[in-house]
Amino acid sequence: MADSLIETTALTKVYGVGDVAVHALRGVDMQVKGGEFVAVMGPSGSGKSTLMNLLGCLDRPTEGTYTLDGEDVSRLSRNELARVRNRKIGFVFQSYNLLPRLSALKNVVLPLLYDERRDLTEEERHQRAVAALESVGLGDRVDHRPNELSGGEQQRVAIARALVNRPSIVLADEPTGNLDTRSGAEIMELLTRLHQAGATIVMVTHDPECAEYAGRVITLLDGRVESDQLNGPGGRT
Amino acid sequence: MSPKQTLKVAWEGLTLNKARSFLTTLGVIIGVGAVIVMMAVSAGAEAEIADQINALGANLIMVMPSFTRGGFGPGIRGGSFGLSYGDLQAIAENVSGIDGVSAEQGTTQDVRAAGVTLEDITVVGTTAGFPAVRDYAVGQGRFVTDEDVDRSSRVAVLGYGIAQEFFGDQAAIGQQITVGSVRFTVVGVMVEKGVVGNTDYDSRIYVPITAVFDRFVPARFGRDSVGVIYVSAESKHRMDSVMAQVTSLLIERHDVDPAAPDFSLMTQDSIIDTAASTTETFRDLLAWVAAVSLVVGGIGIMNIMLVSVTERTREIGLRQALGARPRDVQLQFLLEAVILSLVGGLVGVLAGVGGSALFDAVGTMRTEVVPTSIPLAFLAAAVVGVFFGYYPATKAAQLDPIEALRRE
Repeated sequence: MADSLIETTALTKVYGVGDVAVHALRGVDMQVKGGEFVAVMGPSGSGKSTLMNLLGCLDRPTEGTYTLDGEDVSRLSRNELARVRNRKIGFVFQSYNLLPRLSALKNVVLPLLYDERRDLTEEERHQRAVAALESVGLGDRVDHRPNELSGGEQQRVAIARALVNRPSIVLADEPTGNLDTRSGAEIMELLTRLHQAGATIVMVTHDPECAEYAGRVITLLDGRVESDQLNGPGGRT
Repeated sequence: MSPKQTLKVAWEGLTLNKARSFLTTLGVIIGVGAVIVMMAVSAGAEAEIADQINALGANLIMVMPSFTRGGFGPGIRGGSFGLSYGDLQAIAENVSGIDGVSAEQGTTQDVRAAGVTLEDITVVGTTAGFPAVRDYAVGQGRFVTDEDVDRSSRVAVLGYGIAQEFFGDQAAIGQQITVGSVRFTVVGVMVEKGVVGNTDYDSRIYVPITAVFDRFVPARFGRDSVGVIYVSAESKHRMDSVMAQVTSLLIERHDVDPAAPDFSLMTQDSIIDTAASTTETFRDLLAWVAAVSLVVGGIGIMNIMLVSVTERTREIGLRQALGARPRDVQLQFLLEAVILSLVGGLVGVLAGVGGSALFDAVGTMRTEVVPTSIPLAFLAAAVVGVFFGYYPATKAAQLDPIEALRRE
């Protein structure tokens, strides 16, 4: 599929060698088109974390190929992977991973600092970070440090950080895992809004409630895709 | 990431734990400070020695008996007893280009005066030329004259300290003193000179050299032998000529093998050179000790950087996820180590210069900061930072982002 943003073919990941080898992924084929909101589900050990790491270019597959935005990234060097992560991927982690000593604004600026393609001035970086924070509804919190923000707000800062470099895809790993139901719902609504605004989102979750927000749910089991189905509008699978 | 940004991030990393950063820096501060102080102390000692030697007198050549002949074998010609008063007179008459000559022959005696007894005082028999060649002036009265020497007069010139001890503020001139069992009349008091080398000039007494020969030297030791002959050259560039003349004259007079004379000549320069080679060894030793403390400081930096990398593993993982390349991470931690060592170097330079000044001001130790030691110590600190920062920084750069992000 030419218009696929993500395309994996027989993606395989084996940890260790010989008798102790663990086959985390046993050949995953999947495609994600631009603008999709995909939830990846599955029990522990099903390989969804490994898939997320590979999709996030944090790791390279043992076998198979992974094409992201038209570029085969499955055999890139560490430096090249860093570049791809910086420009094409926005990460949202379960535990937010904000740097506690930096203000919300400075946390959001971080990806811009590692982008050598754009020669942004400090002023431009500042403006883009503020814009990103405004887009997640934290325009009035830019100077707050993470410990001065609620969990939901921290996750929104993390989402702003994921968006600031205008990535091809947003990868969210259990984005509501550390949040109470209400904050979790707010985060999901925010992701939905971003999706409606055109963002491509791949989210790993074990929470069916969260998966409901996605347009499509891929379920993994034992390192393989067990099911791949579209969510009806507002309906459950 | 731009160098400026990396620097900023590195600085933020250090200010995160100020007390720890400071303590880490302390090792380098002490190392760099030690290098500077040690070099200042040895340079001060060297300058002190040079000053003392120069205070011996201008263009001075010292002739001393040499006892390296290896016993009284049959091969010894002449059988001389070192230097004699006759040698002094021969030098004065035959050597050209000299300003003056003098000699010393000492004896140690108990000295009594004004009801006070001073034990074991050095009584120096010398000649009229002594104050001039030794650059040591008479304060009151007069010095020993040629006439005194000719007549073996019992006159004495007191060192400043001796005069103070015996007579205090009262006039010393004209007073009688008893040296051993011989009475002398005080005719002069020297100016205050203090301790030069190992000699306390102020606690010595100067008498005609012939008086020492006649009254204090047992006949069997050769009544006219002298301990040292001083020859003062007219100018610096006459020194070599004067030394050559003195050498050939004495070889002839003593009838000794020119290859193994029974005397030796020393100048201030040769003494300074000897002293300098000693202090250089001393300085090198001190510099090595200081360098070791700098290395220990560097190990402290490495230690704390390793701790820092471990503590901030998660941050490193996050930065990698956001696009930091291994190089960016490496540079960030390397810069932290270099900043630590450079700040340590800077403070160490200040501490070293300040410490040297303090030693100079309150201690008895003279110090002179060696200008080259400052850039040297600073550079050494930078090298230590890069060297000991490299391993932790590389370790940080090689972290696997997935592992790093998973770390709590």
